Amino acid sequence: MELLCPAGNLASLKVALNAGADAIYLGLKDDTNARSFAGLNFTPKKLAQAVDYTKQQGKKIFLTINTFPKPGEEQRWYQAIDLAANTGVDALIMADLSLLDYAHSRYPHLPLHLSVQASATNLGALTLYKKEFNIERAVLPRVLSMKQVRDLAKVTPVDLEVFAFGSLCIMAEGRCHLSSYVTGQSPNTGGSCSPAKDVRWQEVGDRRLTRLNEVLIDQSDIDEQMGYPVVCKGRYTTEENPQPSYLLESPTSLNTLSLLPELAKANVVSLKIEGRQRSPAYVEQVTRVWRQAIDTYLNNPSAFSTQDSWEHALAKVSEGQITTLGAYERTWQ
Amino acid sequence: MKTSLGPLLYCWPKAQVIEFYQAVANSDIPLVYVGETVCSRRREVKFSDYLQIAKELKASGKQVVISTLTLIEAQSEFSELKKQVDNGEFIIEANDMGAVEVARSHGLPFVCGPSINNYNAATLNKLATWGMQRFVMPLELSQQWLVSVVDALTPKRVEVEVFGHGYMPLAHSARCFSARHMGLAKDKCQTVCIQHPKGLLAQTQEAQPLLRLNGIQTQSASLCDLRDQQAIMQGLGVDYFRVSPSAMASIEIANDISKVTDNADALKCNGYWHQQAGLNMQS
Repeated sequence: MELLCPAGNLASLKVALNAGADAIYLGLKDDTNARSFAGLNFTPKKLAQAVDYTKQQGKKIFLTINTFPKPGEEQRWYQAIDLAANTGVDALIMADLSLLDYAHSRYPHLPLHLSVQASATNLGALTLYKKEFNIERAVLPRVLSMKQVRDLAKVTPVDLEVFAFGSLCIMAEGRCHLSSYVTGQSPNTGGSCSPAKDVRWQEVGDRRLTRLNEVLIDQSDIDEQMGYPVVCKGRYTTEENPQPSYLLESPTSLNTLSLLPELAKANVVSLKIEGRQRSPAYVEQVTRVWRQAIDTYLNNPSAFSTQDSWEHALAKVSEGQITTLGAYERTWQ
Repeated sequence: MKTSLGPLLYCWPKAQVIEFYQAVANSDIPLVYVGETVCSRRREVKFSDYLQIAKELKASGKQVVISTLTLIEAQSEFSELKKQVDNGEFIIEANDMGAVEVARSHGLPFVCGPSINNYNAATLNKLATWGMQRFVMPLELSQQWLVSVVDALTPKRVEVEVFGHGYMPLAHSARCFSARHMGLAKDKCQTVCIQHPKGLLAQTQEAQPLLRLNGIQTQSASLCDLRDQQAIMQGLGVDYFRVSPSAMASIEIANDISKVTDNADALKCNGYWHQQAGLNMQS
């Protein structure tokens, strides 16, 4: 079972490998990936350094090219694929059909992973991508219950990777337009959800208003800790309830430590830690805990239980310091 | 350019659905999509009922397409999908790549709904080789986008449909927001979404209408209205202007989109078409 960790820069990559990551995923410094934030990601030169460093450690490195090419600008995405193939990354993580087609036809030996942005949740979708583009692995959207993951794992034609920890998307990824509805930018098009340039915190008396492209997402006391503003984690009223509440989801993070045995038994091959946009300190902390947890499980599967110190360490780096099992747990749905 | 009537996205009582489609049968709308696209827990109108509705619409001269589920999670949902694709009479609107695969492997033509990620000509052309006859432009794309892909479509030009009028389905989740709002678990939801025939309106704390909660689907609070763009669409070669129904009045709107007479109160948007935030209204 692989521990797959995020790197927004070389510092994160190094601490992740040092803390026990089996593999790293990263993106280029442009809109070819869905974490296109200023000050983040890798130039071609830095990518080459990242690949060299990771290989020296005997670990794997995957390049994320998971946005959808804009008409007339496809060349930028094709060049990213060419670069990846020539730099020696171990796999490409992609969602767009035309890019999968391009990579599969030109670099048939370069393994392809289906990005979560492709939103493949069922046997039919996985079969299509396997038959057409020979994908090796698919990253499952965070919408399946544990039972559904287990059922799918029994019949899937490809390896499965799941999100184990980090920010919680509650919508089927790759098909969510909430960000673009409010800001004009989405992960699919502009390369990010809730772009930082559209976020504005406004202090009014003892209240802090959180705005996204001027739309009021939430408001709180000045000293209340708030998560990064996204449309699905705001407080709104309804026709029937004038009291503002988290109608969709509260600011929480996904944490599946307690599901580790079940994920392993289901033959999930890779556990993904979310957070290319997070600091090296976050990456190190989370990687270290998950390394310990996986090793503890593998040493003696039947005796596994989560340790308070792990949960505590993960809660400290979680949004609102609260974690959830999300859709894996049926009652959450 | 002709008009189409999209699938009914809400959970309505069966009698109301029957009445609605009887009125559709008597209208001039040439293309009608029918079927449950949001939630497999909605059993008010079963697939067999929709098939019957489809046959009646066909008998009244309509072209009919069976719309399928957008988020397919459980194996039972995938089995049901296979049954729907294999109906023997009507082509389907695929709203998930799983449906594309089932249609393709059966050698059946299909339509791609707005939730299939068709973001460039190469992708559209690939889907055309698999049997896609028509696609609905993804909601967040623009007129400018359409201009840049229409000429690159090969080999045989596929038909283009634009979501032109209605509340936009923006996202789908494992979680049911209608049930959550009522304090109910999804597995014991009592299909409470039936209480909100246009979805439940959610507003910001400054009373700005933002979203509509429709079961597991989140919609735009504002009504997308592109009727004033008809001439431009026509010029671009758009084949169908989709009206997404939210009331009986939607039939009248779809019947004659050149007659712009509906209430001025409705909060409208057209931002996506103009390459802006979706909720914007550019006059």
